[in-house]
Amino acid sequence: MAFTFAAFCYLLAMILSAVLIFFAIYHIIAFDELKTDYKNPIDQCNSLNPLVLPEYIIHIFFTVLFLFAGQIGTVALNVPLIAYNVYRYVNRPVMSQPGLYDPTTIMNADVLSRCMREGWIKLAFFLLSFFYYLYSMIYVLVSSTS
Amino acid sequence: MANLTSMSGPPTQDMQGRGGVGGGGLTGKRAYPQYPNQTPMSGPPLPGQMAGQPQPAGSQPGPTAGVPNDTYGQQRPQQIPNAQSYAQSPNQYENSLSGGMGKLNIQQGDTRPLNLLQNRHVLPSTPVEPPKPNLSPEYRKLVCNPDIFRTTLTSIPQTQQLLNKSKLPLGILIHPFKDLTHLPVIQSSVIVRCRSCRTYINPFVQFVDHRRWKCNLCYRINDLPDEFNFDPVTRTYGEPQRRPEIKSSTIEFIAPSEYMLRPPQPATYLFMFDVCFNAVESGYLSVACQVLLEELDKLPGDARTMIGFVTFDSTLHFYNLQEGLSRPSMMVVSDIDDIFLPCPNDLLVNLQESKELIQELLTQLPSMFSGNKETQSALGPALQSALKLMSPIGGRVTVFQSSLPSHGPGTLKSREDMSQRTNSKDIPNLGPATDFYKKMSLDCSAQQISVDLFLFANNYIDIASLSCVSKFSGGCVNYYPAFHTVRTPAEVERFENDFRRYLTRKIGFEAVMRIRCTKGLSIHTFHGNFFVRSTDLLSLPNINPDAGFAMQMSIEDSLNDSPLACFQAALLYTSSKGERRIRVHTLCLPVTNQLSEVYAGADTQGIVSLLSRMAVDRTLTATIVDARDALVNVCIDSLSAFKTTLSSGQAGVGLIGPNSLRLLPLYTLAMLKCTAFKLSSSVRLDERVFAMDMLKYHPMIYTMLMIHPTLYPVHELSDEGAISHDDQTIPQPPILSLSSEHLFKNGAYLMDRGDALYLYINREVSPNFIQSVFDVPDFQSIGEPMHELPELDNAVSDRLRNFIQYLEEKRPFHAPLHVIREDSRMRILFLRHLVEDRSESVMSYYEFLQHLQKEVGK
Repeated sequence: MAFTFAAFCYLLAMILSAVLIFFAIYHIIAFDELKTDYKNPIDQCNSLNPLVLPEYIIHIFFTVLFLFAGQIGTVALNVPLIAYNVYRYVNRPVMSQPGLYDPTTIMNADVLSRCMREGWIKLAFFLLSFFYYLYSMIYVLVSSTS
Repeated sequence: MANLTSMSGPPTQDMQGRGGVGGGGLTGKRAYPQYPNQTPMSGPPLPGQMAGQPQPAGSQPGPTAGVPNDTYGQQRPQQIPNAQSYAQSPNQYENSLSGGMGKLNIQQGDTRPLNLLQNRHVLPSTPVEPPKPNLSPEYRKLVCNPDIFRTTLTSIPQTQQLLNKSKLPLGILIHPFKDLTHLPVIQSSVIVRCRSCRTYINPFVQFVDHRRWKCNLCYRINDLPDEFNFDPVTRTYGEPQRRPEIKSSTIEFIAPSEYMLRPPQPATYLFMFDVCFNAVESGYLSVACQVLLEELDKLPGDARTMIGFVTFDSTLHFYNLQEGLSRPSMMVVSDIDDIFLPCPNDLLVNLQESKELIQELLTQLPSMFSGNKETQSALGPALQSALKLMSPIGGRVTVFQSSLPSHGPGTLKSREDMSQRTNSKDIPNLGPATDFYKKMSLDCSAQQISVDLFLFANNYIDIASLSCVSKFSGGCVNYYPAFHTVRTPAEVERFENDFRRYLTRKIGFEAVMRIRCTKGLSIHTFHGNFFVRSTDLLSLPNINPDAGFAMQMSIEDSLNDSPLACFQAALLYTSSKGERRIRVHTLCLPVTNQLSEVYAGADTQGIVSLLSRMAVDRTLTATIVDARDALVNVCIDSLSAFKTTLSSGQAGVGLIGPNSLRLLPLYTLAMLKCTAFKLSSSVRLDERVFAMDMLKYHPMIYTMLMIHPTLYPVHELSDEGAISHDDQTIPQPPILSLSSEHLFKNGAYLMDRGDALYLYINREVSPNFIQSVFDVPDFQSIGEPMHELPELDNAVSDRLRNFIQYLEEKRPFHAPLHVIREDSRMRILFLRHLVEDRSESVMSYYEFLQHLQKEVGK
């Protein structure tokens, strides 16, 4: 079994999507804490905002790696999420620091439920893509010998 | 002329609590144990000491005490014209049929379908009354004053599907700190609250037996402490229904120490004056200092009141007013990138102790800066220093600003592109440019500081960004465009009166407000100047009597458990005398599962006020065109949905609407044409943003005046139907529709726009009238600009002046009078408010109805 670049990409992507799964879980817990009045919106936004850009950067990073590895199918799978992230970031509320969440608007039930939904969908997506990368990695490893 | 039988009766319920022993004042420096907010009651129950006192609005003297307000029990002096009379005689001035007032028949009358195309004169000639909820008589007596607390639908739909079918928004509009003349105040050692949902006991609970009560919001059965049945007047144990908490739906408690996070703060005021060249040019400083000098004694507070002053241009100037100094000493801080406070302990001083120094400072301040040539304004650093200064205590910061801040952090650029104003597709730059001010207001809110803005500007001052500092810290914004002491005396008068009211009105510090509702209902969006700290807790560092709030609700579970839905708003605040108080308002409404009843109970003014706030939000998140379309769609959707409730026989040609919503198309058109939403290039960006902020800030009555001003004919005032007020007879002319077809050539008309009054004189008005009112022989000699009517001693002049004064007295902000002749250049000020006419290529009312008919018919 030759350890190709594609296999290496899949391995890396698997690890990174585990990290992204943790981010998504952190988001979900944070919004739930807001909903149940456990935490202050200002503190919560200050802890959530620094995580937004790193998440996007990690995701774009391994998608670009797949592009170099020639795994176009996987790239096509991830591009919609990148497009959505870009759209979300461009339309974020006016703020001087990086981030998406504004403490004055986040307590609106619409905004809060939208963010919760986003968290759940991202969790599902990253979980599925974790297993997809796992199988793809094994497939690539196996098929690269023959 | 309308013949209205005036019906002024005694208040239906005596709101005064029992006169009892006054509770001990909680003034003075006293350390309280640090308990978190709203823990369960601890401590042994003591025999309840009750003191229900009729308390005038505010525990301080001042002009507000004499302001007459519609008290809860007082009926309006006019009758509601019965619904049927409209279909029969569409004439504007008509007799009102006696009856319909107080009977339940009016409910059926409200669902009677009305063909809006045929009955064009839907505006009643008396002020529009809110619909009465369909409750049993004893609950009806206890209903909360609709000026304080009202909902958009007085019959709450049982399920979310029913609400969605009606296509009407469900929300509440609340004016919690309104000046009241009758407010029962209770000092009791035990404040009875529900164990699980912490609702305060209210008139709509059910008593299971003498020992237990059932909460009307969460349906839990709670125990009643013994002393609740104790009546100190007769010294017996009696029915719990005799307690004032059960007899009135608006009540104030004096809160024990469990409700305090820290010892109640003293009243603290900081005034920050912009003294750069623009500001001094406009001359506001001398006016402001003069008013402050006069009202210094009437600032709400007690012996602990603290006060401070800061002036700024491109540097900051602090004033040491410590008692013992012979003169106030000024310290200049020019390093604005890293603010430090020179002698921080001496900048906020006790008002009583340093009074002479303060008075000396205020007299000298205008002359000190009269030659100032600095044009840069360092507002950002000034706010940062205010935050540093007031952090330990909290309080109120009043900022006067007259130009764009151009120095230091928080610098703003001019974003108004004059040449781009013709673009009617979208209006850019309605949101803040930077989040510096928003962050500043959140920091202030955390320290219980609120920032109020007074803006005087000839040019663009980016209200969209600056107002963020007030919006989230519970402050208010006042805007005086083109203020100049010499050129615009009307604005000077307005500022003077507004500032006087601002200084002397009641104030609550470190306040929080929580809205609770029956199980199944939940609040999902809040509108107003506060910070939403959690899903139903609003943090208000300062609460003032002129702030109104609105909330939108959704029905999460169906309201099957009870035929009544209740809402309770509890405002916990520190009064200016250092007393911790809780003001509780409770509202109870019936639940229905019939779509027709939902329509019968719709409160058009409430709906319109809530829609205007939602439209402001939509303008900021989407575009203004979106918001306008959404407003029209509400009309279309609700009228289409109403058509489905009609049987096939009733629905015919024309635009059929329920009687309760007959004013909805008119108000929608008025909203489309008001300053905030109109797509015209003549509206400056600041004006538009300020109008949108005011729509979200003012309580419902004033937003309705902003959207749809009231128009009165005043050329033939008579004493018929007049009410007596303060020993003067105030004539009550009928209200006219805002259309030029009602403006007779020989008439004079008074338009009440909320923040201004326009007296419009037509060319052919009778010379008699002109002579009696203006003391000049004919129309051409009426001088312009005129802002005050001469005090002449004849009946016509008396009546007109009494009427104008009556209108002006009822509101907290000043509405200067403008006298406009028909041939004056200022007539556009008056004519642009005639919303029923076609104007600037927007539809007239009739065309709008036809458009609606076409859309509904699809």
